[in-house]
Amino acid sequence: MSTAEIRQKMFGHADKNYLNHSKGFASWALTLDHKRIGIMYLIGVTSALLLAGVFALVLRTHLWVSDSGMLSDAMYNQMFTLHGAIMVFAFIIPSIPAALGNFVLPMMLGAKDVAFPRLNLASFYLWVCGTGFLLVALATSGLDTGWTFYTPYSIRTQTSVVYATFGAFVLGFSSIFTGINFLVTVNTMRHPQMGWFRMPLFLWSLYATAIIQILATPVLGITLLLLIMEKLIGVGIFDPALGGDPVLFQHFFWFYSHPAVYVMILPAMGIISELIAVYSQKKIFGYTFIAFSSVAIALLGFLVWGHHLFTSGQSHVVTLIFSAITFSVAIPSAVKVFNWLATLYKGSILLCTPMCYALSFIFLFGIGGLTGLFLGALSTDIHLHDTYFVVAHFHFVMVGGTLTAMLGGVFHWWPKMFGRMYNDLLGRVGCFLVFSGFNLTFFPQFVMGARGMPRRYASYDPEFVIFHQWSTVGAFVLGAGIVLSVVVLVYAALYGRKVTGNPFSGASLEWQTSSPPSFHNFDHPVVMHDPYDFGDMVYDETLDSWVHREFIEPDRRPEPVPAHH
Amino acid sequence: MMNFVNLLIAQQIPMFPDAEKHPEGAPFWFPPRAAAFAGDVDFLYSAIFWICTVFFIGIVGAMCYLCVKYRRRPGVGPQPSPSHNTVLELAWSILPSILLVWMFWEGARGYYETQQIPDDAEKIVVTASQFSWEFTYPDGDKSTELHLVEGRPVRLVMESRDVLHSMYVAAFRQKKDIVPGRYTDLYFLPTRVGKYRLACAEYCGEGHSRMRTLCQVHPDDQTRKDKTIWIKAKYMPWKNGARTFNMNCAGCHGIKDDTKTGPPLNQKWGEMETLTDGTQVKVDETYVRESLLTPDAKIVANFSNQMLSFKGKLNDQDILELIAFLEYLKSGGDPAAAGEVEGYVDPAAVGSGEATTPVAGAEPAK
Amino acid sequence: MAVAEPAHDTDHDHHEHGEFIAHHFDSAEQQYDSGKLGIWVFLVTEVLFFSGLFVAYTLWRSHHPEIFTQAHVFLDKVLGGINTVVLLFSSLTMAWGVRAAQMGRNRVVAQMTLITMVCAAMFLGIKAVEYSHKWDLGIKPASLWHYTGEHTAAVGPLAVSLGISDWLVTLSIIPAILLIAFVVVSVVLRLMDKPVWSTFSAGLAITVGGYFLGAVGGQLYMQASEGSSSHASRAPVVLHASSAGYQEQDHVAGQEKAVDSHAADAKAGEAHPDGNAADEHASNDHGTDAHAGDSGHGAHAVDPHLPRKEDLDQDVRIFFSIYYCMTGLHAFHILGGIAFLAWIFYRSLVGHWRPDYFGPVDYVGLYWHLVDLIWIYLFPMLYLID
Repeated sequence: MSTAEIRQKMFGHADKNYLNHSKGFASWALTLDHKRIGIMYLIGVTSALLLAGVFALVLRTHLWVSDSGMLSDAMYNQMFTLHGAIMVFAFIIPSIPAALGNFVLPMMLGAKDVAFPRLNLASFYLWVCGTGFLLVALATSGLDTGWTFYTPYSIRTQTSVVYATFGAFVLGFSSIFTGINFLVTVNTMRHPQMGWFRMPLFLWSLYATAIIQILATPVLGITLLLLIMEKLIGVGIFDPALGGDPVLFQHFFWFYSHPAVYVMILPAMGIISELIAVYSQKKIFGYTFIAFSSVAIALLGFLVWGHHLFTSGQSHVVTLIFSAITFSVAIPSAVKVFNWLATLYKGSILLCTPMCYALSFIFLFGIGGLTGLFLGALSTDIHLHDTYFVVAHFHFVMVGGTLTAMLGGVFHWWPKMFGRMYNDLLGRVGCFLVFSGFNLTFFPQFVMGARGMPRRYASYDPEFVIFHQWSTVGAFVLGAGIVLSVVVLVYAALYGRKVTGNPFSGASLEWQTSSPPSFHNFDHPVVMHDPYDFGDMVYDETLDSWVHREFIEPDRRPEPVPAHH
Repeated sequence: MMNFVNLLIAQQIPMFPDAEKHPEGAPFWFPPRAAAFAGDVDFLYSAIFWICTVFFIGIVGAMCYLCVKYRRRPGVGPQPSPSHNTVLELAWSILPSILLVWMFWEGARGYYETQQIPDDAEKIVVTASQFSWEFTYPDGDKSTELHLVEGRPVRLVMESRDVLHSMYVAAFRQKKDIVPGRYTDLYFLPTRVGKYRLACAEYCGEGHSRMRTLCQVHPDDQTRKDKTIWIKAKYMPWKNGARTFNMNCAGCHGIKDDTKTGPPLNQKWGEMETLTDGTQVKVDETYVRESLLTPDAKIVANFSNQMLSFKGKLNDQDILELIAFLEYLKSGGDPAAAGEVEGYVDPAAVGSGEATTPVAGAEPAK
Repeated sequence: MAVAEPAHDTDHDHHEHGEFIAHHFDSAEQQYDSGKLGIWVFLVTEVLFFSGLFVAYTLWRSHHPEIFTQAHVFLDKVLGGINTVVLLFSSLTMAWGVRAAQMGRNRVVAQMTLITMVCAAMFLGIKAVEYSHKWDLGIKPASLWHYTGEHTAAVGPLAVSLGISDWLVTLSIIPAILLIAFVVVSVVLRLMDKPVWSTFSAGLAITVGGYFLGAVGGQLYMQASEGSSSHASRAPVVLHASSAGYQEQDHVAGQEKAVDSHAADAKAGEAHPDGNAADEHASNDHGTDAHAGDSGHGAHAVDPHLPRKEDLDQDVRIFFSIYYCMTGLHAFHILGGIAFLAWIFYRSLVGHWRPDYFGPVDYVGLYWHLVDLIWIYLFPMLYLID
């Protein structure tokens, strides 16, 4: 193969690629290709997002007035439960790791695939199966326990708790297998010259996430299994009527579910590190600190679950300890935000769609994280627990955080996935709608919560009407933004302008492939470079792509920019 | 829109609002402040709010500024700059930590104060069920609303008939879950007369959002007596407790400091008891309930494990009445005053699972 | 090995891949390292999966130790001990098998794997005897509890003729079918000249035979120890001396009893009377026992060595809930282990293992050792409480 051909394979647009490598339903349904699995996951989780999003819009419409009666109380309860369960278990936990991580991780490492491709496919089918059970629950008696399944109500209710918890159980295993796969892949399949501290930060965050998935999710598994046993044969562990303890359920449940929120946010933060670096064309500031902060968040996240139980009647000593440790988790998150800002300093910032999402993230996650402080402090938490303040807080971090970062990441890697560019203007319009709609939806909820509006209420005191109405308007704007973004992306995948391997001058290894990548990812030896050395990148006109300095034709090679110190 | 802005600015900036002008606090951001410690909560909330606002404006301001100043211009690449600075990292880790420590401390202190229940607090029993509230006052009368007296500390002993609930009075900034199978405590010291919302704050099923009632603070006891809609009790709880005691407990437990098979109970209430394994436990509602239902869990030192379990024989109401009796004895009451009264409930009917709540309307003989 | 393997890219000009190296790995070493790390991480998840049950056990034991002292009377130490030895032995044979795989001795691997599978099935057989025996006594998870203090006699003809429990027959139906099926299939495959599959099927038949070995052995032991005082594996709990003739649910009488028993009282930590007659029906009875032969049919054999129903704490049911959950989940993992072992067995028959490729045997071996280790914890925690 001539040099020109190799360069074309590395950085060009590829008409023969992983998408058309083999055809037919079976070639997708039984694929072992991490890229195809990532695409399938992306379609799946987006569907879950849209379904649960519709539920949210129904809820918000119902809440337009203080006692609308649009939904019966029972139906309202089912709606918020299913919204939560589908969003948490079927959308947000898998979202970034399974959809984007699967696609990007092996290529970032310079590998041909993940360590266990069949396990990867199994993960996907477990996701399908688990989500299927959730839908079965929906279609049968529904679910009205809240996504948290607190006992004894979840034992007593006649809704389809067993189907739903079994669905969540299966989804848990999907998550565990993804975690195992990523952890082993990062450990054993890095490029020979890629030491731990030459990995892109997205991989650090996926690694930390994998640790959490592996350690925490099995505890959810046993908790849900015990709940199922409780319902089917009445083992009596959580049921006070049989001598059990409902607060024990809460402890078991949150022992997983708190680390789970770090599963949701860490990959998002990893994406933001990538986006900020690439779109400022600057090495990320404080690489080591950001890398370690991911691991610190993962580990500290296991020690704070009790802050969901401050009002549950647990002992005061334990309450104090959990509050103290909860504050400690704030530090690594803050460290990341400051480091991102420092990266912007003296950069060359391109405000394209992914970057707009990254900046939105800093704003929205900033609010989300800071409002966590109100909830970590004991005296204020007693007032704010189980009010809309909590609802607003977690939506700011999950939607304003994870979803925003995911959209940014999807836009960022879309040209790599499909070899076609999205309409940047419309992409930014979508970002604006998401940002403004989101703020309008959830900011009033902070105020409502502080004023004492409890959560999970189908009807409420009239003093809160105006807040709910702003919130509802915002929800529809947010929904429109999400839908617009999805439309822009799908259109781009089908009809977008073709692009080459590295349109944005990314320096990590996934940009050293054609767009879309070939089946094997790398049809050429992979050359290791520092993933944040943008000074090494040069625009090659013949290829219409950014390439590493060494790949450019010798006579066209420009002078190197002075190295960063 | 402008009206709203005026509304915001005119009254409700949550920064240590003028206590003279707004004795109830900052009405837009917070519910009225109607109990001791509510002011502390609001203070901490406001403090955290302003600290966060400063940081947030700093972060977002810096972000916007940097994005404008260093936006991509054709032909201009990024300028060389350091990619790490350990001093800076430590600075922006440690300095915020100090603020966080303060926040934790203030929150913990405030919380701790709300958990110190004075001994003379009025005890009101709260029974939560799907989807209503029942409050039992010390004299046995009940109400579906919570009626308190300004300045009088109140201790709520809360139980649930079915699933998890939570008692939340936003005006008091207090909340506690109500867990079936045990008692949980909550302490208020109401400081302002008025009507406030009492809501269930733990999802409990279909009617969860209907489980709202009123908490009213009265200026004095008499007003409370007059203004409340009472469900009158036929007898004081301790009297039926006395009868239940005679039927079930008196064989082993004396009430005149006499030791029988079990220890005497007349002075036990609220005291610390030493167990066979050397640990100490307070004789409170939880301990009495546990002793009745699973007596072998804790054995008093120098006694042996002989007590029967009354699970299935005594219901929640009986247990509360027994507790009332123990409290009565501890406060020096004479058990002989029980006597026979109209509306006497046959203890043989107790334990059949039927409710023994008295019917409203009959005149109590107290 | 992969399904829908794409067409081999003829431009593949890098180092030749060994036959067993997957496409995405660069070397056999990378593949082995990945597999090893992967299985260890998976075992960590398994430990955490069980941890919830261990936590529940710990909490209940520390808060309600009396339940544990009462309940473990029903667990037979000898049977539990036999199970422990069986599993330890199976770990030995498994480790031997891994060693043999490292040396490429496929025949030995097949033999060792088969023995391991037989041991696993034996374990399940003994468990079946234990479970069926308990179910005869009405000892089931909390809400299904209807302990009567008496054995329910068998009703089904097979059970009666063999002198065993109806429940044991029910549990053994599927193994019996499988045994017959595997034997028949093995013979048929031999005739169809498919020797490897035939041997495989024969191996599975032998495995199921292990179940019957365990079940028969366990049953014989149970019957032998029936008449002796070691039946419940320890001296029966000394109850209140006044328990003879104690009537339940009578407050007044209870008061008298309490007074009488004061003098008769001897041991601390003993079970104490608790009227339970109402309780077995009052609590959430999640489903009546449809099985004939329980709940009062047939002759009742009152076993004087078993605790009387009235003498058990109501909450003792929780112990059995924990017991069934822990041993049930463990048994489920044993079943899974048998499946994995069968896969290894088959691949040994086909001769897949060689010194540079034996990973799967190693990984399944590790899994098996963990399953064994979990039992090593369960046995003393549940059976050896004293």
